[in-house]
Amino acid sequence: MLMSRKSATPQAAPRRARPGAWGALALLGALNTPIPAAAQTAAPRHAGGGKLLLTGGVSSIDGAAGGGLTPWAVTGSYASDHEFGATAFATHLGTPDYAFTAAGMAATLQDLVEVSLARQTLNAGAVVPGARLRLDVAGIKVRVAGDAVLDSDRWMPQIALGAESKHVDPGAAVGAVLDSVAASRSGVDWYASATKLLLAQGVLLNGTLRATQANQNGLLGFGSAQHHADRLEPEASVAYLLNRHLAVGAEYRAKPNQLAYAGAALREDAWQDLFAAWAPNKHVSVTAAWVDLGNIVGHEHQRGAYVSLQLAD
Amino acid sequence: MSDPVSRPASHPASLAKRALLALLSGATLVLAGPIASAQSAWAPAASTPSPPASSSASDPLYQRLGAQPGLTRLVDDLVERLLDDPRMRPFFKDTDLVHLKQQLVTQLCEVAGGPCRRQGKDMAKVHAGVDIRTADFNALVELLQQSLDAQGIGFRDQNRLLARLAPMHRDIVNAP
Repeated sequence: MLMSRKSATPQAAPRRARPGAWGALALLGALNTPIPAAAQTAAPRHAGGGKLLLTGGVSSIDGAAGGGLTPWAVTGSYASDHEFGATAFATHLGTPDYAFTAAGMAATLQDLVEVSLARQTLNAGAVVPGARLRLDVAGIKVRVAGDAVLDSDRWMPQIALGAESKHVDPGAAVGAVLDSVAASRSGVDWYASATKLLLAQGVLLNGTLRATQANQNGLLGFGSAQHHADRLEPEASVAYLLNRHLAVGAEYRAKPNQLAYAGAALREDAWQDLFAAWAPNKHVSVTAAWVDLGNIVGHEHQRGAYVSLQLAD
Repeated sequence: MSDPVSRPASHPASLAKRALLALLSGATLVLAGPIASAQSAWAPAASTPSPPASSSASDPLYQRLGAQPGLTRLVDDLVERLLDDPRMRPFFKDTDLVHLKQQLVTQLCEVAGGPCRRQGKDMAKVHAGVDIRTADFNALVELLQQSLDAQGIGFRDQNRLLARLAPMHRDIVNAP
């Protein structure tokens, strides 16, 4: 998406993490294992800056690369063909009655496959003392067609298919609520994303269709006594490139509303946000957003400030 | 879905939602084209309606890049960066630089809508002698961006130029 202002003498050697510098996110250090020199010509090498700045999007809360709330068809990191790349992220969102955090990592291979892990924590202590929901997401995404950036003379977008396997640990109090509506603790979302960068105009568009049974993205389990089939939900993002290092945009994510029959408190809203993403270089990006999560377990208007830090190798 | 009565119509979140619903509709229409004509999406650009990136005879982009003098300065700067860059030097260290610069100036002039036509071998043949990966192509684009920065070319014009150059990856990238 955005273009880098790299120094005149870029590194030629495979990049390694500097765990001392990023001590708070030691995850990244664990991902950077040296590749023996003899294997470098044949084996995938670490991302040498093959892709342009921010062309991997940022880390979504589920771990996949894209916007903050939705997965895009681009794979994360700067890995181009014959390259391996890794990213790690940490996100915090505070709303009037909840604190939400997410952290995770993703690895990409040859701009073709992306695997990700993320853990989300919703601290609902203001609602039920001690209530903490934990959602783990393991994701995989495969690019199947197109190139969001380089196919600038065609309307054809980049298309990817993905799956997110989710498991929630709701704790005792909320667990009882899930049991009462027969929501299960595990589920899989399937999605297809199409992403297009209109390079001459500096606009990125993404559309995602997600087949899901997740209630509140999985924080309130999956399915219910009344709903067992996947619902198809649309998601959209738009981003405008202000300059090489800064993009602004918005996202919308429709959600199934499968628990509303059990009471107004369990009604669920679409999620949406306005965001700004800043990337001073290829290793760091910071996203700030105003996010609206709507109703969460009886508390309306859960809107607040979202901040996310992503590191790339 | 969210209850529209519960918030004022002018609330940023409501505006964002309406804007995004409109964009989702628009994006669906944009995407419906390639889905409906999947075969033509893979056909040469000439047979499909393309995004507004094509050049015309009286294109101001050529002028904004400085016409011939500007492109000459740009290419001189670019070739210097190519030879300085450890990733790119292997590709260019044995090249006839005078000829290379002439070809680059002519190519940029042509895509920017200037009065030039690149003669000689087609792009694929010119690059066929060496393995070029997408990462190599992207690395050259990065250096081109640095040269454009050094020439003071604005972000929007840089992207307009890159939008016209990017499709060349199909002829230039020849290695998996």
